[in-house]
Amino acid sequence: MRVEKHPILGDDRRKRDAAIIVDGDRVEAITGEPIAAALLAAGIRKFRVTPRFGSPRGLFCGIGRCTDCVMTVDGRPNVRTCVTPVKDGMVVETQAGLGAWADES
Amino acid sequence: MKMTQVAVIGAGPAGLAAAIEVARAGGLVTVIDENARPGGQLFKQIHKFFGSREHRAGVRGFHIGEQLLAETERLGVEVLLDSPVYALFPDRTVGYVHGGREIFLKAEKIVIAAGAAENPLAFPGSTLPGVMGAGAAQTMINVHRVLPGKKVLMIGSGNVGLIVAYQLMQAGADVAALIEAATQIGGYGVHAAKIRRAGVPIHLSHTVKRALGKDHVESVEIVALDSHWQPVAGSEKILGVDTVCVAVGLTPLTELAWLMGCEFAFVPGLGGHVPKHDLNMETTVPGVFIAGDISGVEEASTAMEEGRLAGTACAEALGLLDGQKALELKTVIRERMNALRTGPFGEGRRRAKECLIGLSLEGQA
Ligand code: FES
Repeated sequence: MRVEKHPILGDDRRKRDAAIIVDGDRVEAITGEPIAAALLAAGIRKFRVTPRFGSPRGLFCGIGRCTDCVMTVDGRPNVRTCVTPVKDGMVVETQAGLGAWADES
Repeated sequence: MKMTQVAVIGAGPAGLAAAIEVARAGGLVTVIDENARPGGQLFKQIHKFFGSREHRAGVRGFHIGEQLLAETERLGVEVLLDSPVYALFPDRTVGYVHGGREIFLKAEKIVIAAGAAENPLAFPGSTLPGVMGAGAAQTMINVHRVLPGKKVLMIGSGNVGLIVAYQLMQAGADVAALIEAATQIGGYGVHAAKIRRAGVPIHLSHTVKRALGKDHVESVEIVALDSHWQPVAGSEKILGVDTVCVAVGLTPLTELAWLMGCEFAFVPGLGGHVPKHDLNMETTVPGVFIAGDISGVEEASTAMEEGRLAGTACAEALGLLDGQKALELKTVIRERMNALRTGPFGEGRRRAKECLIGLSLEGQA
């Protein structure tokens, strides 16, 4: 969910000028915002599952340190979505385990 | 190889303030930061700062960030972004990565202002999506303007927990409760009063037992603690929340100082292991200075003063300022810094800092 109105920051006037493809679905986004922000705005919270137990992980530290938020982005696995900015047309996939490079699978 | 007089690592309040002082004295300074934007954590702080007028009290954090950036720009300070520093060499060469390339920068002095990271808290379910650092949630709501969830449990009643709980409400979330394991509130009374007035219950002597949910948090179980910190059987309560924010302190990001061979001291009041430093913020490795949360977790206003001190000391060491002028500048900064370290919380930090500085001076004697 986006914070459209805010008592201190005012209205959010940024345009949803981009779209990313998340597991095949189109998700509206804003160029330059972290991928994780666009996902949370769309209500997507599970970003990957762990290699051995398949347990879900999502945003945790938000500063690029914990790697809980990694996903496969444009065919590249283990991309930290909390610090990677959105570009229009990005293809984002929920990552299973350590993921795989697009050209390996 | 690229050369500079002072390399500052970290473009947060401490690093920018240090760079500004060096540039003001006529020095060549390069700031390096791993993030896409400068300002560190200032831009998520939308509350008004405490302190006196010289500390810009009453000014909101993000406005202070804008002022710092404007000043850096006016002075022509070079700020390299998207550039994580991964190496420091004994000859004060800084190695960083930019655009997938390794780059080396040779500096005469280094200021490490790497900041701090939030502490995690382990409990069953703590890895579920929806459990996150309070600071992470704060970044999402105040910088990126996205709510991480609709209904939140806040763990920890220090200033971060209290302030972020309030800001989550400002952003439109519902805060179900704030829990604190200790018997009293950790942060300022005024912050606590604000969230109480908003109707958020604060449960003291309570902790989290587990977070429940399949793909993400759907509810959380809390439990009361007795005077020996043991769970009180039968006191468990389930809260229907989708988000759990963890605000249980911060730890200084000291990796680069360890790498450089700085001597450390363990000072719990400052967040754990911190590099020893003298009154000029210089570590036990000559020419290597620290400033801000890496030298002990405090507030942004103190971080800026430490940055100014380190920057002024660097300028002096480089011969850009004469001893008399440098002493005048440093005295004013130190007075402002001491004024910030007063009151029930500041006193403790001042004592912890004095102990740290004492340890480092002892080593020199
Ligand atoms: S949430 Fe920790 S690295 Fe992204």
